Amino acid sequence: MKILVAVKRVVDFNVKVRVKSDGSGVDIGAVKMSMNPFDEIAVEAAVRLKEAGVATEVVAVSCGPAACQETLRTAMAIGADRGILVECAQELQPLAVAKLLQAVFMREQPRLVVVGKQAIDDDSNQTGQMLAALAGMPQATFASQLQVAGDEVIATREVDGGQETIALKLPAVITTDLRLNEPRYVTLPNIMKAKKKPLEVLTPQALEIDVAVGLTTLKVAEPPARSAGVRLVDVAALVAKLKNEANVI
Amino acid sequence: MSVLIIVEHDNQSLKSATLHAVTAARECGGNITLLVCGWQCEPVAQAAAKVAGVARVLVADAPCFADGLAENVAAQVVTLAGAFSHVMATATATGKNVLPRVAALLDVAQVSEITRVVDAHTFERPIYAGNVIATVRSSDPIKVISVRATAFEAAPLEGGRALIETIAAVEDTGLSRLISRQTIASDRPELASARIVVSGGRGLGSGAHYAALLEPLADKLNAALGASRAAVDAGYVPNDYQIGQTGKVVAPELYIAVGISGAIQHLAGMKDSKVIVAINKDADAPIFSVADYGLVGDLFEVLPELVAQLG
Repeated sequence: MKILVAVKRVVDFNVKVRVKSDGSGVDIGAVKMSMNPFDEIAVEAAVRLKEAGVATEVVAVSCGPAACQETLRTAMAIGADRGILVECAQELQPLAVAKLLQAVFMREQPRLVVVGKQAIDDDSNQTGQMLAALAGMPQATFASQLQVAGDEVIATREVDGGQETIALKLPAVITTDLRLNEPRYVTLPNIMKAKKKPLEVLTPQALEIDVAVGLTTLKVAEPPARSAGVRLVDVAALVAKLKNEANVI
Repeated sequence: MSVLIIVEHDNQSLKSATLHAVTAARECGGNITLLVCGWQCEPVAQAAAKVAGVARVLVADAPCFADGLAENVAAQVVTLAGAFSHVMATATATGKNVLPRVAALLDVAQVSEITRVVDAHTFERPIYAGNVIATVRSSDPIKVISVRATAFEAAPLEGGRALIETIAAVEDTGLSRLISRQTIASDRPELASARIVVSGGRGLGSGAHYAALLEPLADKLNAALGASRAAVDAGYVPNDYQIGQTGKVVAPELYIAVGISGAIQHLAGMKDSKVIVAINKDADAPIFSVADYGLVGDLFEVLPELVAQLG
């Protein structure tokens, strides 16, 4: 079966972002960008299903500016067979991405779609669920285990207070939790090979999707800073502060 | 304004998480309706009707809601949403699972994890792991919003006298089914709502050390236990202990971070705590930049002493 994996290009998780001085946005002009960590897990999961003989083809898709081609090449270096870029200069919000992914889903007709549970830039945690809704598919969010059995996919989900295991009818959408797998490092030979893999570029217009934004960001700001704390010399001083100054114990 | 809130429950009791969404809904103004989708969930409906500030409780009672599967719950919410200006849930694993599905079916954007209601159309929410606060306005006819629990007080469980109305349940979508559910039993306060949280990181070295050093302290303080991602990945504790951007977000009165360096990802989950204590042997650990009280020292010596001195 064919698996579609969605990947997003985001500010690298190690970068501490800065707000632009006029509050209009976050300054990402010169910072390092990488594949969203949850999406790496999604690609790894799809490639492992291929290695296990369950999947026949893994297609990576990304929506955004031309630079997302790098992210797709990374996905192909991990093991995706080909890439699709939906090139779009405007800001894309989760609902627009879900609509674009649904259009790609209709063209490609995969049996399984795997996406990260959230992107570490907008922290929305919406796209997978929205795609599932638009395509009328079942969803397993926050998956930490995955297994395809016949015409079902069995997923264990991380939920508050424990785990639950659900079975979904294929085609289905999976969103990946951190614990699903440990993504492999890409090797130089695989990076070279990825350069030769096919990469198709589409546009929202070609897919006939309106990507107009639903939410307007009025401003962004740094969160209020915490006042500087004190270093204490020993446990007795700490206990005294907690009891007498902070009054929390 | 009229707000529909999806109630989180286990068919027997109302989860306190829902109460935080009620407070956020009151800040938007207007009537508040709670929706209980469940199976044999009469006790939940009764409890929901007593929540202060709630005007109406809608109950859809059917076997297809027994396991709270997103496909069925979202389908039910969508049949009702047209009559409301806002649809809300608390941003728990359950809320995050269902709400975007509802938003997409309604063809509207969702505002995730709001931390402040500016007005009925404008909200604040953290992005980039809590390092940036964005103010966003929704122009959609129905605003679909998930609420960060720690940013809003819980509405009182008593004082309301809402009308309970039974509504017709949607048909089972048949797309998914529950196979099993494993809940981790604990006598401690729930992490997300505990007054004190004691949290451990990689510095503890092993699960046995985590238990031996942190449990006595948590017992003494009646605290919930948490952990950094490093401690979870290393297998010291189950992953629902994880505090951070990808785990739980807590804002207790007292947060004690033991052997935690304080990566951005972890700080996103705890930096709104009222008082933060850091115990770490590395004087340069980033956790000290947010700690009100810092103690540089070997946790294997400091913790037993701390427990002893708390008497």
